[in-house]
Amino acid sequence: MRRSPEPVFWSLFSAGGVVLALIAPALILATGFLVPAERVEFDRLSAILTQPLARIAVVGLAFLTFVHAAHRLRHTLVDVGLRAYGGPIATVSYLAALALTAWAALVAFG
Amino acid sequence: MTSGATTTQTIGFEIARYLPGEDRAPTLRHYDVPYRPEWVVLDALNYLKDEVDGTLSFRWSCRMGVCGSCGAMVNGVPRLMCAAFLRDYLPGPIRVEPLANFPIERDLVIVLDDFMQKLRAVKPWIIPGDRPPPADAEYRQTPAQLADFKQYSMCINCLLCYSACPVYQHEEEFLGPAVLALAQRYDHDSRDRGNSQRHELTWSDEGIWDCTFVGECSAVCPKHVDPAGAIQQAKVESTMDWYRSVLWPFGRR
Ligand code: FES
Repeated sequence: MRRSPEPVFWSLFSAGGVVLALIAPALILATGFLVPAERVEFDRLSAILTQPLARIAVVGLAFLTFVHAAHRLRHTLVDVGLRAYGGPIATVSYLAALALTAWAALVAFG
Repeated sequence: MTSGATTTQTIGFEIARYLPGEDRAPTLRHYDVPYRPEWVVLDALNYLKDEVDGTLSFRWSCRMGVCGSCGAMVNGVPRLMCAAFLRDYLPGPIRVEPLANFPIERDLVIVLDDFMQKLRAVKPWIIPGDRPPPADAEYRQTPAQLADFKQYSMCINCLLCYSACPVYQHEEEFLGPAVLALAQRYDHDSRDRGNSQRHELTWSDEGIWDCTFVGECSAVCPKHVDPAGAIQQAKVESTMDWYRSVLWPFGRR
């Protein structure tokens, strides 16, 4: 059977969508409102997120959300009429997601 | 609006006319039709064909949303003409064009060949397994087994979903919403053992993976088949199957 590679990208895309939907509101609430309002101390938040396991989780989340965005961007570009460039668009999109994940890892472990 | 038959009120129509070989492109022609609140667009077209211009061509059969032959773009939206009431388009005019994304045979009649060929390709029939029940026995299904595919079996092949699909518009190869929903209908039928014969096509890049979940197919479906949902469901199944086949050390079968 001729296998499409799409299940890989699609499952990462789906996972990214789910974690984004769950995490983003919490992140916005915490970093956008609770920390500025001094309901949560930044140092405490920072202490939680810089534990070794938390750093790995942060990079994992960044990876999924970047792949999610890349996948959406890729298909949107194809849908608006760039189907002829589908291959290069996919390559650039996912490579960008990997590059951004590498950057996230540098920040998380830096 | 009192008794429709005596009123002189009319409603305007802009109807696409096209005769291949004579016309270079479809053109809109204006017609006035007596307005009757109980009429649908198809009634107005039949009035025109009987009383005004016998050359106006369009497909229809059942007049009641069952046969699926009367699809057209009504004011730019794919609709069954027998389910589109004039009273919902007041004061008019009502623009009627052939279903988008298909070649035109004549006037409002489209060429179905591409769809028919794709429909055949996914084997939309029950493929029995090695042990079908004896010829004089019945296949039994529980209500739950029936519910698993019933919604997808409501499709009347009216092709409104193909007209609404921006992926099909750009990608001729795409199997399209109705065909994928029908494949899902048989895949999920407890009497069917043909999944693997269909998946080669339906789980390919021209099948479910061409879909970007725009969802317009489900929005225009007159039978609430929800082809977009069917495709999403198939994506989950195909993905699970992919991981199983790759990660499971000894294969699946
Ligand atoms: S005429 Fe049969 S569906 Fe409209």
